[in-house]
Amino acid sequence: MTAPSFTKAAGLHLLVIMSLFVLQFVLPAYHHLAITRIMVLAVFAMGYNLLFGYAGLLSLGHALFFAAGLYGAGLTAYHLGWSVPAAFVAGTGSGFLASLLIGLISLRTSGVAFMIVTMMFAQVSYLASLYFTTYTRGDEGLVMPQAARRFELFGANFDLTDPTVRYNIALALLTLTTVVIFAIVRGTTGRTLVAIRENEPRTLMLGYDTFRIKLKALVISGTLSAMAGSAYALLFAYVGSSFASIQYSIDALLFTLLGGAGTVLGPLLGTFAMFYMIDIASEYTAAYLLITGLALIALVLFFPKGIVGTIRERWVSWLP
Amino acid sequence: MSNSIIKPQKGISRRSVLQGMGAAAGTGLALQAMPGFVRYSQAATSEPVKIGLQLHRTGIGASYGRWYERVTAAAVKVINDGGGINGRPVEVIVEDDGTDPKRGAEVVEKFATQHKVDVAYGTLFSHVVIGSAPRAGELKLPYVVVSEGHHVASGKLNRYVFQPGITDVRSQVIAMAPWISKNLGKKVTMIFPDFAFGHDHRDYFSEAIKAQGGQVAGLIAIPPTESSFTRYLPQISSDTEVLYHVMVGPAVLTFVKELGQFFGSSRPQIFGFIDSLEAVDLATPQLEFLEDTYFWEGNPRYAQKDQTEYDKFYREMVGVDANGASTSDQKDISTYSHMFGCWESLFAIKQAMEASGYEGQTPKDKQGFIEAMEAIQKFDEGREHPQGDKIFNGKNHQCYGHQNISKVTGGRLEVVHRTAIEDGLYEVSADYTTMSL
Repeated sequence: MTAPSFTKAAGLHLLVIMSLFVLQFVLPAYHHLAITRIMVLAVFAMGYNLLFGYAGLLSLGHALFFAAGLYGAGLTAYHLGWSVPAAFVAGTGSGFLASLLIGLISLRTSGVAFMIVTMMFAQVSYLASLYFTTYTRGDEGLVMPQAARRFELFGANFDLTDPTVRYNIALALLTLTTVVIFAIVRGTTGRTLVAIRENEPRTLMLGYDTFRIKLKALVISGTLSAMAGSAYALLFAYVGSSFASIQYSIDALLFTLLGGAGTVLGPLLGTFAMFYMIDIASEYTAAYLLITGLALIALVLFFPKGIVGTIRERWVSWLP
Repeated sequence: MSNSIIKPQKGISRRSVLQGMGAAAGTGLALQAMPGFVRYSQAATSEPVKIGLQLHRTGIGASYGRWYERVTAAAVKVINDGGGINGRPVEVIVEDDGTDPKRGAEVVEKFATQHKVDVAYGTLFSHVVIGSAPRAGELKLPYVVVSEGHHVASGKLNRYVFQPGITDVRSQVIAMAPWISKNLGKKVTMIFPDFAFGHDHRDYFSEAIKAQGGQVAGLIAIPPTESSFTRYLPQISSDTEVLYHVMVGPAVLTFVKELGQFFGSSRPQIFGFIDSLEAVDLATPQLEFLEDTYFWEGNPRYAQKDQTEYDKFYREMVGVDANGASTSDQKDISTYSHMFGCWESLFAIKQAMEASGYEGQTPKDKQGFIEAMEAIQKFDEGREHPQGDKIFNGKNHQCYGHQNISKVTGGRLEVVHRTAIEDGLYEVSADYTTMSL
């Protein structure tokens, strides 16, 4: 990417973040709450996209990392009474450790085998969350205690029941994720990930340690997903095993495909589009998932690179 | 489907109007047609009372959801024909939660901030209740659930959550343990789903049967992803006197059929929760072995010899025949054991709104509604409460009522024992009234 295109790309991402910041002052109450959730889920999808979109590794186990964050934050807050920042770090750290461990094992495989191995790990974590009902209350889940709804940081008090606080925390996490992903994909690591995606043997032949680079991508991806899970538990006060189910791995994949795999902003747009597609379609029919499915089929047929991917391909080549 | 207003004759349709009642807010057309006309016009406002029905229209709770929707439509028609609530018609707005806690919380947000309902109501599955309840509390939206889990009664939720229309699992199992122990046997093997709902049965029934001098011979937990059960059934020990089963979800029919195939002509006494066969026709092939086994029923599916006039009225209004099937489709079996909770919850909402003089969505009105609901001590048996009288504990927001033990006789469920309310009482430790509003 040349310097002018960097300026354009950075400016566009800054504009998106600034727009989201300004939107909170004009959005009706429901959409204010909806976009808060969308931003948290978009962090999950953006983390997923780093692995899938840039490294070309199709994981069906990312719900595990989201759940690692969810339970890491939720259980420490619920059972140990940890403060919000400590629980958030615990959740994100859980995702870091889980992705490192699982990466070391699963990256010994590739292609369909990688997809199956990651899915199996995720299924184990889902069933574990049901099995240890004494601590997790399984499918029923836990409601975060009042202590996990407020915290003090640098002398300021934050109340997570306040929609404005919640919106801005979600926005801060989204901003952080955007910066991290943007920096990675523009840097050497990102270039190498794309090289691995396109032709791993050749990248290996050029002297790159592809295993190490893929592991790095998986750990960053898993940690960002866990960060989204931690935020979800603390912002919305609920921890339950359904978030560890395969549906949530597939959700991250669909958000990414819809928005555009291998683009920084694609997953955000995909999450946004999917949320509102379901929300609006469900007003008209109980078969709203059919409509969503048809939309995805149409997308795959006519816009296989997703919304942002198509825009990049046809009109805006400098999009990262 | 959102923005749906109950329309009894045709079920639910989007942006349709309940017997013309919903439109009463703007058009006045319905006011001319309905018996409540005079009272509506005398009310401080003719704006409808908006009730958000959080419905399992899709997902694993869909068979319950279908009937929860029909019962709601019927109850709202009765309420509106009787003049509404405080002279205002009731409008029901339906949103599908997909039986998913994440979507459930989003639906609660939509009710509170987009539809601006007075009360959200109707949720059944525990994980959706628990996933949604924090948001209801934070948005200060009264949230009346028709679940069975022990979550409301245990105090783990918040002051805005009530369960006035149906008893909780803990109350149900301790009410029946004495009868099981006395009439069927003391050595019990339990088969239950290996998740929280099943664990409530495991923990509270085990405790209750031991208190009766009985013992639990085996605990067989079935993983939630299981679709065949044959490998679990040999774990039932041969000295088992009573087999206790409770299963939920799409595989229930398979479970019950495989149970029959496993036992053949020789079996212990069998006591099941109707959840294992809710919405399933007893005349389904291979269920013959259930003859002479027993079931818990919240509300008896088959009209009994001593059927009350209230049950008769309720059946007629909801469109259920004497065998528990839809009057318009004999193959469509109702979730009769649970769905009365919707009917009774709506009348509990009405009672609390009328007691508090609820007029609108001001904080004072909402506070008055919560306090009025907490002040309720009992519900008398009647058209509003056809399942029977109940007591209500304002501290833990939970009702306590009668349970029915039915025997499969000639392919029907005949009630052989009805527990007293006192049988289902336990020491209550939760007190929501200490939480701020």
